[in-house]
Amino acid sequence: MRLTTFRRALLAAAAALPLASAAMAQGTIRIGMTAADIPLTHGQPDQGFEGNRFTGIPLYDALTAWDLSASDRASTVIPGLSTEWAVDATDRTRWTFRLRPGVTFHDGSPFNADAVVWNVRKVLDRDAPHYDSRQVGLTASRMPTLRRAEKIDDMTVALITSEPDSLLPINLTNLFMASPTQWERLRAAAPTAEAAWNAFAATPSGTGPFRLTRFVPRERAEMTRNDAYWGTKARAERIVLLPIPEANARTAALLSGQVDWIEAPAPDLVPQLRARGMTITQNTQPHVWPWQPCFLPSSPLSDVRVRRAINLGIDREGLRTLLGGFMQPAVGTVPPGHPWWGNPSFNIRTDKAEARRLLAEAGYGPQRPVNLRVQISTSGSGQMQPLPMNEFLQQDLKSIGVNVEFDVVEWNTLFGNWRRGCQDASARGVHAINVSYAAMDPFFAMVRFYDSKMAAPVSNNWGQFNDPRFDALVAEARTTFEPVARDAALARLQAAGVDEALMIFIAHDVSPRAMSPRVQGYLQPQSWFVDLRLPSIR
Amino acid sequence: MLLYLVRRVLYAVPIALAVGLFCFMLVQIAPGDPINAIVPPDAPQDVVEQVRRDYGLDKPLPIQFALWLGKVVQGDLGTSLATGRKVWSDLHSAIGNTLMLAFAASLIGFILGCVLGGLAGTFRGTLVDRAATTFAVAGVSVPHYWLGMVLVVIFSVQLNWLPAMGAGPGGSADWRWDWEHIQHLVLPAITLSVIPMGIVTRTIRGIVGEIMNQEFVVALRGKGLTRWNIFVHVVKNAAPTALAVMGLQLGYLMGGSILVETVFSWPGTGLLLNSAIFQRDLPVLQGTILVLAMFFVGLNLLVDLVQTALDPRIKRA
Repeated sequence: MRLTTFRRALLAAAAALPLASAAMAQGTIRIGMTAADIPLTHGQPDQGFEGNRFTGIPLYDALTAWDLSASDRASTVIPGLSTEWAVDATDRTRWTFRLRPGVTFHDGSPFNADAVVWNVRKVLDRDAPHYDSRQVGLTASRMPTLRRAEKIDDMTVALITSEPDSLLPINLTNLFMASPTQWERLRAAAPTAEAAWNAFAATPSGTGPFRLTRFVPRERAEMTRNDAYWGTKARAERIVLLPIPEANARTAALLSGQVDWIEAPAPDLVPQLRARGMTITQNTQPHVWPWQPCFLPSSPLSDVRVRRAINLGIDREGLRTLLGGFMQPAVGTVPPGHPWWGNPSFNIRTDKAEARRLLAEAGYGPQRPVNLRVQISTSGSGQMQPLPMNEFLQQDLKSIGVNVEFDVVEWNTLFGNWRRGCQDASARGVHAINVSYAAMDPFFAMVRFYDSKMAAPVSNNWGQFNDPRFDALVAEARTTFEPVARDAALARLQAAGVDEALMIFIAHDVSPRAMSPRVQGYLQPQSWFVDLRLPSIR
Repeated sequence: MLLYLVRRVLYAVPIALAVGLFCFMLVQIAPGDPINAIVPPDAPQDVVEQVRRDYGLDKPLPIQFALWLGKVVQGDLGTSLATGRKVWSDLHSAIGNTLMLAFAASLIGFILGCVLGGLAGTFRGTLVDRAATTFAVAGVSVPHYWLGMVLVVIFSVQLNWLPAMGAGPGGSADWRWDWEHIQHLVLPAITLSVIPMGIVTRTIRGIVGEIMNQEFVVALRGKGLTRWNIFVHVVKNAAPTALAVMGLQLGYLMGGSILVETVFSWPGTGLLLNSAIFQRDLPVLQGTILVLAMFFVGLNLLVDLVQTALDPRIKRA
């Protein structure tokens, strides 16, 4: 009898074990990020776009948003907390945004025009009590022309720019709306505004599909589904974010079942991940991995024939093989088929014979090879695998008579040098620089490189490119306000950039991810971001 | 003794100042710009300059150092450029985690080192000696981050016995001394223990071998003391040197676990320093290095005091 009771208890315990385990794991997705720390949670994340991906978009909304609902087309801007917007017909520096009704922050306070004005002031008005220098660096640079906001009525605001700028709605995807009520409440108990923002980061309040429920600095952030969300609600009940900066550790964490999803798995371990049934995902990303030329007269890249020759001399498929398939060959700032692709007459491809012909036309040949110095980094966010990739290019370009020498610097140093320009001593006489960039927003994809007003140190026209034709194309794109016409103007700018080979276009990253087969419903859009409302866990 | 203690504590002041200055200069000399911790790389120059002014990074270096030092002497290590959090708030939890890891690794390394070193010293020239010496040489020669990865592959990925990363299922804030949490400590502690184990083994082997050959041990044997009684005498004579080595090793473990903590995502000072270095987060770098240096100074002082207490022949001038 005693034995029977014991057996029953044992069977009951054994039966309960998987149930308990399943109940615990139900709806919780654990994500291993590449960041070394949890991105800032006060509404303007750091850690680049990985920050926006994990603590920006899930916790907050902006007036405009990225469409992350499809994987087979370019992600475009759609309404977010604003349902419609228009520029003033008489004063094109003034925009009107209608706000989405019935939206509340996580703390229950309403989202309205006052909240928009308050959020614009937090980064643009130095006299505002809640002005935060830390957020300025992370936000103002992504909205270069926005100057201020005015309330028109409870659900309408006017945004004023320094000059006519059709790109404003795209820029505004970066300004996340934090709750003024929550901040004021925390400010009452904090000695300074800075302390109040730190308290806000620990207990943030946005309007996003998730709310932060637990925050352990440097270790984990737990977000719970916001059941009062104004839009489609998330499927997963909870998302746990874990910073695991080392790629092998991240991959091991997935293989040992400590996480369900990792960003950027270690490339060498991808076959093992596949063998263990993990899903590997990738998609075109609005990202460019280029060599940005220096256009000073002393640079061989000031000659368009040399730039075109190098663009034609690169075996991008070979590079893709080197990376195990985790890249897309770049033949422009955006891939063909993108609304900004246009119709370039210069067809970037691998054609070494044509490359040699162009170099000969420019006066180069076996007796007089092109000697090129390129500044590169050893690693870095978005840089993919800079050392093996650049070494591949070095070897590959020898076949067309281009000798490449590298000036290898640390990532942070490369960034600093990028701001200073190729005329600066920091360039150490190099003819190109290898800094990858995001190409979601036309300002960051093209304007800052092609506009002569953006010449470093003002912005990232590192090569000091100066061509009135391109200045006019930029001006046309920024002053064309009808979206289809604006895209057409941007397409003309893109096509002209390809025709003049203003970059040595090499690769687009494809943002590889690996996840457990238990993760269901995940969709990888053509974006730096993902919609965390879609996945759930089985 | 009290005078000696006071003098040693006073010595620590110029050391702290020198460490602070050295660390500040080192970070300034290193290429890169601390402003990159606050603004994205594509920020226009006007935004960069505005933020630089807001954070006081446009001031001359001596003034920046003086301002930092002024805060430090008041117990304020400053604010992280990257996160805006107080350096101390991140540092004190990181120190707790690193201490836990360092003590666990020391426990493994010192016990194994003493046992292996003692055996090797006692049985010099035998197979036991050779085996222990080989183990010790392997311990100091194997790169510990590599060993960490191998252990992860075997025990986490293949066998699924132990977790690969982190400080517990809920993070270090929820740490409890139960198996669910302790299992997270096992692999990083073993990885970190191999170097001190090797060094302690070799040190103890040398001392024990030397002491065993001294005349007083022969005399003890001649007097008919048991092996155990002779062993106690040998241990007493070996203890001061062994303690000095262990103290130094513990100090190294406190500050030298950057790679192991990164491999295991262990949220200690090593991981904190690693991210601060890559982000050029000067206040975090300076604060962490200063505190670790002071810890090292304190540990050395403690070892000196224990050595003096254990061996009265050691006179302090």
